[in-house]
Amino acid sequence: MKNFSLMRISIWVYLALFFAYLLGPLVIMSVTAFNSPGFPRAAPWECLTFEWFSALFQDERILNGIKNSVLVGIGTVILSVAMGLAGALMLTQIWPKLRATYYTIIIAPILVPGVVIGISTLVFWDRVNRMLGLDADSFLSSGLFLTVIGQSTFIASYCMLVLVARLQRYDNALTEAALDLGASHAQTFRKVLLPFMRPAIASAAVLAFLASFENYNTTTFTFGEYPTLTIELAQKVRYGITPAISALAFIIVLLTVFAALFNEAKIRRQELVAAARKTATVEELETGKLRLPGFLSSNTAAVLLVVVAMATIAVVGTATVYSPAQCIADVKETKRLETELRIQELLQRRADEAARRAAEEGEQSDQAPATDATPKPSNDSGFGNVFNPGTLQDGGTETPEEEPENSGSGGVFDPGNLQSN
Amino acid sequence: MSAGVGVNLENLWIRFGDFVAVRDANVNINGGDFFSFLGPSGCGKTTILRAVSGFLEPSEGNVLIGGNNMKGIGPNKRPTALIFQNLALFPLMKVWENITFSMEIKGASAKERRKRADELLDMIALTGQGDKLPAELSGGQKQRVAIARALCAEPDVLLLDEPLSALDLKLRQHMRSELREIQKRVGITFIYITHDQGEALTMSDNVAVMRAGVIDQIGDGKTIYNDPSTAFAASFVGENNVFRGTVKKVIGNEVMINTNRSGDLMARISSNNVGKMKEGDDAMLFIRPEAFSLAPLGTQGDHFVTAEVHKEEFEGNVFNIFMEGEGGKEMKVSLPNLGQSFESHRGEPMTLEYDVHNAVALPAGVLATE
Repeated sequence: MKNFSLMRISIWVYLALFFAYLLGPLVIMSVTAFNSPGFPRAAPWECLTFEWFSALFQDERILNGIKNSVLVGIGTVILSVAMGLAGALMLTQIWPKLRATYYTIIIAPILVPGVVIGISTLVFWDRVNRMLGLDADSFLSSGLFLTVIGQSTFIASYCMLVLVARLQRYDNALTEAALDLGASHAQTFRKVLLPFMRPAIASAAVLAFLASFENYNTTTFTFGEYPTLTIELAQKVRYGITPAISALAFIIVLLTVFAALFNEAKIRRQELVAAARKTATVEELETGKLRLPGFLSSNTAAVLLVVVAMATIAVVGTATVYSPAQCIADVKETKRLETELRIQELLQRRADEAARRAAEEGEQSDQAPATDATPKPSNDSGFGNVFNPGTLQDGGTETPEEEPENSGSGGVFDPGNLQSN
Repeated sequence: MSAGVGVNLENLWIRFGDFVAVRDANVNINGGDFFSFLGPSGCGKTTILRAVSGFLEPSEGNVLIGGNNMKGIGPNKRPTALIFQNLALFPLMKVWENITFSMEIKGASAKERRKRADELLDMIALTGQGDKLPAELSGGQKQRVAIARALCAEPDVLLLDEPLSALDLKLRQHMRSELREIQKRVGITFIYITHDQGEALTMSDNVAVMRAGVIDQIGDGKTIYNDPSTAFAASFVGENNVFRGTVKKVIGNEVMINTNRSGDLMARISSNNVGKMKEGDDAMLFIRPEAFSLAPLGTQGDHFVTAEVHKEEFEGNVFNIFMEGEGGKEMKVSLPNLGQSFESHRGEPMTLEYDVHNAVALPAGVLATE
């Protein structure tokens, strides 16, 4: 019994750790999207703000990146699903002896590093472009085309894997039955095989879109004049990041949650409907009087979906009227006071020192004046003490500029460092 | 009732690599007939069906439907409809959509289709179930939907590939009479594939018995049962007791066979083998269990068999008595239940009599292994 409960506890602890590991970063990042400091951080909490969302929606490059990502995503979905379906059909039709070889070849792009695919796509289509005697600004060398082609090379393989799994459950007798009933091959494909494949096609499309959306290493070679979101983000990070990126990530997380809940709710509903149909009598089915279960009844996912949706609407509603200006001003004021206090402290100390030194000088006037190198008080910004007004040795009376953030320079420029040697 | 469209197979050969699935089949199926191919699994009967429906090109020979050669005509262009062994109902379509699939691809309106579906659903006694999905139906109902779907295409020939094999015994027996009923009503040619001789005999106008790609015999049920033309047909259709031996004397249509264990026995030569059996040939003599009757113990003669009783089984209307048979196999005798008992005979010899007309002599051949 004791063992059993210990086991249970350890399982719960493990689960907690696991989910913390899995979801923790997302939660922290989501929190930073609502915190007012200019550098994304969750603690210390300063002010609830929605300004990073408006900053995000005013950022031309990010918006353009999203647009390009969606365009590339759509193109990649269409191309990869079509190629994946063709590949999957081929795999089931091909001569059994060739199947293993064919499978290896078609799966190979997944194993090739994305960088290689990116470079080779670029080189190959550049060659083709030149062979056709086209200009450098032709369609074949457009970033959009190259990115779609490049990504589809390996995303199509993913799609094929998804589609093959479903296709293996397909009973070929269905095709024969349709043909036997007079359907042409095209009709059989459209009316029998495609409907059967629809769920897998949907999964493959979602997979392809996500893979395309998050792709960086192939795209980085092919994007040309169409930088996608990942490219834009990467370029932004190079010059320091703002919580606007957290805001974007939060939106993506929220959309994912929505999609997952929606899907879950739909599946549950289908189950309920199937159960209801099973118990239905012929009369009910015939007259259409069959009472199907309501959308929310015994459907946790649907309830959650509605709750999340309402919460989102409420938050957006609040955001339009809420203004953190007062809070930010308060925080600013507090910070200013804190800073002032420190400056005062510092001045005080320096004055003491000066007094002491004057006294020492009085005793030993030939000694060279040495600067004190006592540790400076930290403003706990994580950026060394660069902006600590106390480090500015001269003109201690000036009030230093605000915004101590946005520098990754560590303590390199700390004048105190220079003096230690 | 219309005469229906006949099907002819002319010198049909079907090979898969080196394997010969069908060897020189010649069959004439009359229009409006219920025709069965009967044989053990792997004998090539499904292959023939696929050749008729167009999924398989014969290696040699021709398939004629209504006198027209079907060479090069795809399954979707042939006036046939096939009912698959696993039925192959479209899982994502409702019952009525399944039934009227053949109309949909011709572009019929939903209203028209619905109307036709309702008619057919009435015919197969599934009125009002059109909105269900196939998965929501029972086995027998699915069966009937498959038939309705095939009939909706208004084929000249309906091909059925062991459609009853997946059903339980009760349902199977019910569906047998139902199928026969439907066939009589619509009057089209049915070609039925089965390994169940009961199905073949009860439903068919004519039966072809197949073995290893060869058609052994074609005839109506009575002929096949009473007058088999090969040892295989005799042993595969119904129960039969075999006596091996050699021909001793041929007397007109009758023959005396020197059997290995019961001495000289007389039998009628099967009609297809009259004149083909000569003295000294290996021969087989077949007597049905029900053709025996009890005789005074120890009676000698050319239509008496004496053997030791192993066990008896009471089946209500008959007693099944299993006696010491040939080569370790038991000989089965069915005697009508007239209130007697055979228990005291266990381990004792018993003498049985048969009518020479009910014993069939055939050239020795392969038996059906069961």
